[in-house]
Amino acid sequence: MAERRRAAAVQVSEPAAPTKAETTGAFPADEPAERLVDYYADMVLIRRFELSADQMYKRAKIGGYCHLNLGEEATVVGLMDALAPTDYLFTNYRDHGYALMRGLEPGRVMAELFGKSAGVSKGRGGSMHMFDAGARLMGGYGIVGGQIPPATGAALALTYRGKPGPDAEVVMCQMGDGTTNIGAFHESLNLAAVWHLPIVYVIVNNRLGMGTTVEAAAGEPDLYKRGCSYRIPGERVDGTDVVAVREGARRALDRARLQREPALLEVMSYRLRGHSVVDPARYSSAADVETAQAADPVPAMRRRLLAAGLLNDAKARHIEADADAKVAAAVAFADASPDPAPGRLFDYIYATPVANTSHSLPGDPAVVIP
Amino acid sequence: MTSDPMTNHPMHVEGAATPVVTYRQALNDALRAELTRDKNVILLGEEIGIFEGSYKITAGLLTEFGPERVRDTPIAEEGFVGAAIGAAMLGMRPVVEIMTLNFSLIAIDQIVNHAAKIYGMFGGQTPVPMVIRMPGGGGQQLAATHSQNLEVWFAHIPGLKVVAPATPADAKALLLAAIRDNDPVIFLENLSLYNTKGEVPEGDLPAEIGRAAVAREGTDLTVITYSRATTVALQVARQLAEEGISIEVVDLRSLRPLDRETVCASVRKTSRAVVLEDDWLSYGVGAEISATLMEGAFDYLDAPVRRVAAAEVPLPYAKPLELAALPDANDLIKVIRELLDATRFTRQQQNR
Repeated sequence: MAERRRAAAVQVSEPAAPTKAETTGAFPADEPAERLVDYYADMVLIRRFELSADQMYKRAKIGGYCHLNLGEEATVVGLMDALAPTDYLFTNYRDHGYALMRGLEPGRVMAELFGKSAGVSKGRGGSMHMFDAGARLMGGYGIVGGQIPPATGAALALTYRGKPGPDAEVVMCQMGDGTTNIGAFHESLNLAAVWHLPIVYVIVNNRLGMGTTVEAAAGEPDLYKRGCSYRIPGERVDGTDVVAVREGARRALDRARLQREPALLEVMSYRLRGHSVVDPARYSSAADVETAQAADPVPAMRRRLLAAGLLNDAKARHIEADADAKVAAAVAFADASPDPAPGRLFDYIYATPVANTSHSLPGDPAVVIP
Repeated sequence: MTSDPMTNHPMHVEGAATPVVTYRQALNDALRAELTRDKNVILLGEEIGIFEGSYKITAGLLTEFGPERVRDTPIAEEGFVGAAIGAAMLGMRPVVEIMTLNFSLIAIDQIVNHAAKIYGMFGGQTPVPMVIRMPGGGGQQLAATHSQNLEVWFAHIPGLKVVAPATPADAKALLLAAIRDNDPVIFLENLSLYNTKGEVPEGDLPAEIGRAAVAREGTDLTVITYSRATTVALQVARQLAEEGISIEVVDLRSLRPLDRETVCASVRKTSRAVVLEDDWLSYGVGAEISATLMEGAFDYLDAPVRRVAAAEVPLPYAKPLELAALPDANDLIKVIRELLDATRFTRQQQNR
């Protein structure tokens, strides 16, 4: 036990390089060209999907809250490439890109945004609540921090059905920077530490809560160090570099998989727009906006691929046109999908039906006199 | 052992000796039976293992099933209740003990925003088969923060099931049912019931969640109640029977879903209704029952429904103040007599 404790003593890794340094740099030599081009295609798909979601929201095809992954494309793609199909994913409400990268049909994701019955959550969840059991996407969660205890419990369940090893199932729990201040985060990390759970907590640090900066909100603004109290090692990676994200995620996932121990990964990212589609982000200075735009991972990836000779302009345009076509098809699919019938309102009250369950609509009598 | 089809209460079978056990033992027996039956059942909670539970409901289970099945948690209600949700989503059947109901407020986000929502909000793709057991109730001189009856907090929430057994038999039968149910079940115990005794049929006889029981049949007045207060109502009914007053006692057993039909059917028969509840009066269980009777038995009522509930104060520590605040048999008898007097009840009416 003493040995294990020493081994588990806090390790935190300083960022390998300042963010931005990579955006013009070369790719690792052993990185297959096709894979890098695929990453670009995935990032473009998320970008075009989110821009379309923004438009559809403004056309009132989408209601409620709608939070976009714009600016986080490299983060999403890198994390999801590191995650195995047998792993489980819990995310926060900024979840469209994760759903796409877990392999969900763009049409079904858009249909969820449109509130249609063909949506991934049958139109009952909306933007914040994407779910697919087959893809082991265990939900986007709208309450800040709400996903962390259930994700931790999912990792607990895994300890009852398998052994650590290269094929072990693990859990990834994604969250935003502001979430690291809520009690659920700290309680969950503590549980994961004392129970040795196979889980990776991923903090997507886009530097702002809604408008509150990390420095104003966090006593330890180097968020990858926040596992220290629980002897959970943390690492910070550049969220605008898809390969750096993937490699950091793999290291953390390997710890969960091989050692059955939790890990923390902080991904430094940017939000290109406001907190949600209705937020004009007036709190952001011109300099902030310039910084975020300079770090925009999608054009940066394009530039890098062109500079490395792995992509030419024609191929890039083809990829972009293909993404546009997929998104247009997704919108068409969502548009054509039927609305959920009001008669199906009570379909999912309980998984086990029981007597006397209310099916009363507003104005209906609670009791029918015989 | 079988159930009476009319009352849904366990019925004594001639010649079979039914064991008499405490409410505590009935819960312990049910947990042991389920841990034995299904390897996916795990227990989570503070001090449930080595300490054997604050109220010893889990006594002996750590020794029998080991620390992975009977898992002591840190003091982190939001964390471990939420962890139970995630474990349930992956096929485990966690039974969580929250040391007292008062501490459930620390986990309320996980219970209300997550456990209750995940099945419906994700379009029926993942059930959340879990139980949260917790004792509530005043009368132990535990003062304001440790004496609450917050059942309506949970009974208000679609997606939850909420049961509140009054007897050892129901404690066992409803716990068996709750653990096998694929939805989150809030299982409300009461501190003052743990040492009460009753016949508990042996064997595997889960109850049906969502059904009230007629705990005692009567003709003159119905007392609608649940949990600890059921024992008070039954005692009052026995006492008044000696005066020729016939009280029917409806034990709700399940607060969500609520068996409105059984409540209304009883009052349509007796024409008088009193709700005895341990929670606070305003917005309480009695308010819901009264509204139900307005719809389901209005023309049958001889007088307005009366409620006997807790005084609306944070419960004080001092015994005389605590006693004054909590509903008891004398309060119930007083209200029953007022209602009978208001409707000019005489014993002759028994034969109408």
